[in-house]
Amino acid sequence: MAETISTRPALRGRGDDPIAAMLSEDGVLTTAGEEQAAVTNEELRELYRLMVVCRRLDQEGLNLQRQGELGVWGQIFGHEAVQVGAARAMAATDWIFPYYRGFATAVCRGVDPATILTVFRGLTHGAWNPYEYRLAPFIIPVGTQIPHAVGFAIGCKLDREAIAVLVTFGEGATSTGDWHEAMNFAGVFQAPVVFFCENNQWAISVPLRNQVAGCIADRAAGYGFPGIRVDGTDVLSVYAVTRAAAARARRGEGPYLIEALTYRMAAHTTSDDPTRYRTDAELEPWRAKDPIARCAERLHARGAWDEIFAQEVNQEAEKRAVMMRQKLLAMPIAHPGTIFDLVFANPPATLLREKEEFIASLEPGGAV
Amino acid sequence: MTTITMAGALNAALRDALRDDPRVLVFGEDVGRLGGVFRVTDGLQATFGTERVFDTPLAESGIAAIALGLAIKGFRPVAEMQFDAFSYPAFEQVTSNIAKYHLRTLGACNMQLVIRIPYGGNIGAVEQHSESPETYYVHTAGLKVVTPATPADAYGLLTAAIRDPDPVIFLEPKARYWSRQELDLPLPPQPLDRARIVRSGKDATIIAYGPTVQVALAAAEMGEQEGMSLEVVDLRSLSPLDMDTISASVRKTRRAVVVHEAPVFMGLGAEIAARLMHDLFDALAAPVERVGSATVPYPPARYEKLFLPDADRVLEAVDRTREY
Repeated sequence: MAETISTRPALRGRGDDPIAAMLSEDGVLTTAGEEQAAVTNEELRELYRLMVVCRRLDQEGLNLQRQGELGVWGQIFGHEAVQVGAARAMAATDWIFPYYRGFATAVCRGVDPATILTVFRGLTHGAWNPYEYRLAPFIIPVGTQIPHAVGFAIGCKLDREAIAVLVTFGEGATSTGDWHEAMNFAGVFQAPVVFFCENNQWAISVPLRNQVAGCIADRAAGYGFPGIRVDGTDVLSVYAVTRAAAARARRGEGPYLIEALTYRMAAHTTSDDPTRYRTDAELEPWRAKDPIARCAERLHARGAWDEIFAQEVNQEAEKRAVMMRQKLLAMPIAHPGTIFDLVFANPPATLLREKEEFIASLEPGGAV
Repeated sequence: MTTITMAGALNAALRDALRDDPRVLVFGEDVGRLGGVFRVTDGLQATFGTERVFDTPLAESGIAAIALGLAIKGFRPVAEMQFDAFSYPAFEQVTSNIAKYHLRTLGACNMQLVIRIPYGGNIGAVEQHSESPETYYVHTAGLKVVTPATPADAYGLLTAAIRDPDPVIFLEPKARYWSRQELDLPLPPQPLDRARIVRSGKDATIIAYGPTVQVALAAAEMGEQEGMSLEVVDLRSLSPLDMDTISASVRKTRRAVVVHEAPVFMGLGAEIAARLMHDLFDALAAPVERVGSATVPYPPARYEKLFLPDADRVLEAVDRTREY
């Protein structure tokens, strides 16, 4: 069974890193750091709202899967603060390259939740136009999206555009060669990219201690740029440091690694059975660090808690969950011939012929 | 007219593309100051600068992946893999991401990029510098795979590959890099889906591509001295496969021999033979013959002349179709 995970803060190898200086040893904003970040009550309420909405939609995703409406669902339970905080920290002109567990990231970017679920309902392989939301598609092969973000960021630099690129991934992805290659390319090319590790301490059944020796954030030093570990259950801290790292990237000061420590409160996906490798008791300390409750505490502490607002947020979440369900279940299955249509931008004649043969082979009407 | 090598023609195609389209980028290992280990990118960095022609860290998966990212940003990357077997670390990026990204983004993101890979043997090198990986790529939907056999096609196909909106695996037969041809450049781009009849004949069709086109032509020469009239088809495009041209030729000659350096087992010859058997069953006078290499790792260089197809082996296969 997993032992208690060390929350040792990252090495402070670069004392001159002003972003690291915003955080305490526990990876939480210091009082001075919070003042420096100057996040308004309005912004904090917006983060709270999005976390509540995303958690409810995520729960609805689980319900839909259990009812046989989704093939699989990978919950973001426990990732509310890391995904909402990081995604909202990016400017509208910035880009985000998410990993597959990026539901809240995509919702924060404005993608319709029902549209996101079409991937898990087996209707599409990708559901949105990246240019519309400045959001790349979910990438299933672990870690392979990380160097895509670096390539895109190198392109932003070549175009002399002040765009920061956020790429998200789990701690398991830091074991892949692509993570290393991406970090190295980013360091060499000084690409404006923020590497964001959602360290939920579990890669399916493999705990952090069997995945990573040392601290992920520390590894940035080996690639020539700074890294920090932030408390991934505190949305304000996540938001503040990510926003600072993105601003730094836009200023042309190069890449940055953020390791946000949180916990995967649900199964890896609905196909997983975590009772085979961890006990419910292990989740207890992390329930005490629930991201939504912690955000509520921060709002209380600022005197910015508003009961009516909180009720409205809950109502909005319920309403959006119903809307997501209705919209998803009403989505038609496209004609099977469409599986040929987007393979190429300029399809060869042979493929068009194959499509005709395929359609001709279908039952009349081409019903699925 | 000037005499130009295939490496020179590729260099000219890259140079013209860099000049004509400011979004074209050329990168890979050692492609900058050195000009590539085969000198295909010679002088390009000096002309176009380090932002458009640049060396990368030694990491092929990263090279392919940043090509993908740059393509999303609207660049037209031309990435070099240094050798055939060195393209394997990039395989996941090519097959799982580059080939699928257009589909995965509702057609919004064109993967307008080219991955150049020197391939094939016959240069007296180590095994990883001698392999023929084409079957890996043609079996992945979403990729176009082409290979030139002449300097003229090297120029025309690479020009077309860079302009095409889809990802193109561009296989360069390294044993032919120093083959020469009299050319007037620039030449028009060549279609990425068309084979070409490079020699007309009526007794049998030899189907070849890349490094084996020269072998097929040599066999046809020898065959002529023996009184045979052999047609040679240069595939040029391995995916898609121009079965119209192949079938028209074989319908005429009624006999076919497919020649490639890659192992016969599950090679392109298997697909071509199956298609000919299906489409031209009644027209064929003999089973389709395949000439390629054995199902063993690429052998030490001192064995490669025996391992690779040569004109004699091609003619023996032709004889089998005639004696059937």
